[in-house]
Amino acid sequence: MSAWIAANLAPIMFGALVIFLLSGFPVAFSLAACGMVFGFIAIEMGVVPAALMQALPLRLVGIMQNDTLLAIPFFTFMGLLLERSGMAEDLLETVAQVFGGIRGGLALAVIVVGAMLAATTGVMAASVISMGLISLPIMLRYGYNRPLAAGAITASGTLAQIVPPSLVLIVIADQLGRSVGDMYLAAFVPAFMLIGLYCLFIAAVAIIRPAWVPALPPEARIYREPNGASGHVSLMILLAICFIVGTLIFSNYAAIVHWVTGDPQARAPTDEAVVMAMTAGVVLALSVALLGRLAGLRILSQLAERVTFVLIPPLLLIFLVLGTIFLGVATPTEGGAMGAVGALSLALLRRRLSFSLLSQALNSTAKLSVFVMFVLIGSTVFSLTFQGVDGPIWVEHLFDKVPGDQIGFLIVVNLMIFFLGFFLDFFEIAFILLPLLAPVAAKLDIDLVWFGIIIAMNLQTSFLTPPFGFALFYLRSVAPNVDYDDRITRERIPRMTTADIYRGSVAFVVMQVFMLGIVIGFPGMTLSALGPKQTFDLDSIRIDLPSDAPATEGNGAMPFPALPGMPGAPTEEGAKPPEDDLGAQLMKRLGQ
Amino acid sequence: MNFLLSFSRAIDAVSVRIGHIVMWLVLAAVLISAYNAIVRKALNISSNAYLEIQWYLFSAVFLLGAGYTLLRNEHVRIDAVSHRWSRQTQVKIDLVGMIVFLLPLCWWVVSMSLPLVIRAFQLGEVSTNAGGLIRWPVYAMMPLGFTLLGIQVLSEIIKRIAFLQGRGPDPAITGKEKSDEERLLEAMKQTTGEQVR
Repeated sequence: MSAWIAANLAPIMFGALVIFLLSGFPVAFSLAACGMVFGFIAIEMGVVPAALMQALPLRLVGIMQNDTLLAIPFFTFMGLLLERSGMAEDLLETVAQVFGGIRGGLALAVIVVGAMLAATTGVMAASVISMGLISLPIMLRYGYNRPLAAGAITASGTLAQIVPPSLVLIVIADQLGRSVGDMYLAAFVPAFMLIGLYCLFIAAVAIIRPAWVPALPPEARIYREPNGASGHVSLMILLAICFIVGTLIFSNYAAIVHWVTGDPQARAPTDEAVVMAMTAGVVLALSVALLGRLAGLRILSQLAERVTFVLIPPLLLIFLVLGTIFLGVATPTEGGAMGAVGALSLALLRRRLSFSLLSQALNSTAKLSVFVMFVLIGSTVFSLTFQGVDGPIWVEHLFDKVPGDQIGFLIVVNLMIFFLGFFLDFFEIAFILLPLLAPVAAKLDIDLVWFGIIIAMNLQTSFLTPPFGFALFYLRSVAPNVDYDDRITRERIPRMTTADIYRGSVAFVVMQVFMLGIVIGFPGMTLSALGPKQTFDLDSIRIDLPSDAPATEGNGAMPFPALPGMPGAPTEEGAKPPEDDLGAQLMKRLGQ
Repeated sequence: MNFLLSFSRAIDAVSVRIGHIVMWLVLAAVLISAYNAIVRKALNISSNAYLEIQWYLFSAVFLLGAGYTLLRNEHVRIDAVSHRWSRQTQVKIDLVGMIVFLLPLCWWVVSMSLPLVIRAFQLGEVSTNAGGLIRWPVYAMMPLGFTLLGIQVLSEIIKRIAFLQGRGPDPAITGKEKSDEERLLEAMKQTTGEQVR
């Protein structure tokens, strides 16, 4: 009997953990207790050396020293401040005015704002609540198809999982031992394709079923010029000017740097040029709008002015976080801190920052940090014993029976995570499941960055799928559950049924599954953003160029220096590319 | 029992006080981290002490805040199955788990980590980075944090026994604060003027 137990400690331990977790005892303590108890059992049975547990304090110190995990409180704090700063309200209202005049415009506005909220607050619950409270009543008022309205809101809310700079991607990168910058770069293509797919879907509905997505009636458009024009022309002109100025700065960036520094040798990396050009465009729009406002000149239409003032703070915030990370100015953690400082200033400027809001946000951030870090501590105690009793080998053998190597493994893992996503929070999946799965994936030659993106995409689908999806649950909590009289039209509006919310999610779940299939089917699409060294075997390739020698590749007209981590530059096999070259790689991809 | 309950209230008060202090360290860490990034780019200065103080602060937050988070009942649970059971059953499971597993766990971590602190203190262990910080204060967060957690567990055990005997309220409800979602909802309802309901 005891020999049998000794030989099967790993599965017994895993089974005990499942029972422990299902009992409703806190996850962190279930993990730690399981690790501790089975550690003693294994030592008693002589399966593991008595010194095994001595490693624990140093493992804990390792967790404390982990710089990447510091991003958790920073991004959480930033999100909490932003969700209460009134940014979502302004964005939704303004973008709805921009697109409202066309059929499907309100739904498009929800998707665009959802993507912006995903990139800034990064909190699914906050996005869904804001959009459910602000956009849903407007869409119902003007006769939108109810499931479609609900689907657009919940699906846009789940974008927070995948749109960089997502905290989800940071934690996945940390658990899989990959660089956060790589994870962000790889996430861009699928994230934007998914957003594009949503927009195409709305456009298709607008053509096939125009009655489902009516345009805002003229009286609902707030911003009007004295002569009755909508002000879109002015907005278009402003956009065009900013775009042209940005492009000019981008293409002449080297000359500008030389002129400013007076040093013809000064370096002008492409990624810096891109960020500077975008920032310049945004600042130009802001100064035109400010000039118009302060000097009392009517340079811009009301709509264009409003759009400028509302859209620029979140855009600057995104540039601040992503820009500093990609430029190599800051680590992802420091990027999060910069974002949090940006969010503080934004809330201050909007006069929303009170002492009670600040202390509430800090309180929530501290509690979330504790729960997340304790899940990690618990899973560290668990895995200490689990590794001692050869648990990873047992997990690997479980997948031996799965046919089809990589694809078989990915399908099984995806199904598993999809169902677990109904019951488990993201952090539990990341800290309990990923450490078990990552070694198996690595053995099967699965690129872990790609694997991480697949998991993030999968989780967002799980969070949107009826009947358990978290996003649906959040919309249910804010959608009207009794019939009500609309404030403006005075018409009776029927309540939003749960069935409406479920039905609305179906089309978007199908799109997400389709996108997940594409990510799995075409790994090159995701990984191409990282440059060819990730997709080709570099064992035999070693080109030793001095790192500042001009490279001939790139986009032809603009030679730029070969940077470490870029094709043609010397790379250490398996080494993470330095953070400051990621932007260059991305821009290079975009330029092709 | 009355004595025990007032003992439990005293522990709760201490935990709340500690929780409300350590949460400000999050703000300190945010500001220091942003400052590090800015001065490194702008002035080309980098200080290992300022880099290390970030994780010292964060360690203090999550280790010393553990008891407070337990009081607020915010250590996440999986309730997919357990929500079907009565509150009595759930509280009994909590009680057994805390006495049989959580208290020993706290004692075990304290006894494992304390020697590390003592050795670092005696040797005057300092970070290997130039200009780095002295190590024992941050190591001391481990035994200290788990001691605070253990003390809070005692209070939770007392409250749960009182609840099962019908002498006290449900600790899961009394400890809980409003969630962020609830607060956001309230704030937005104020600004949007209850237009939904």
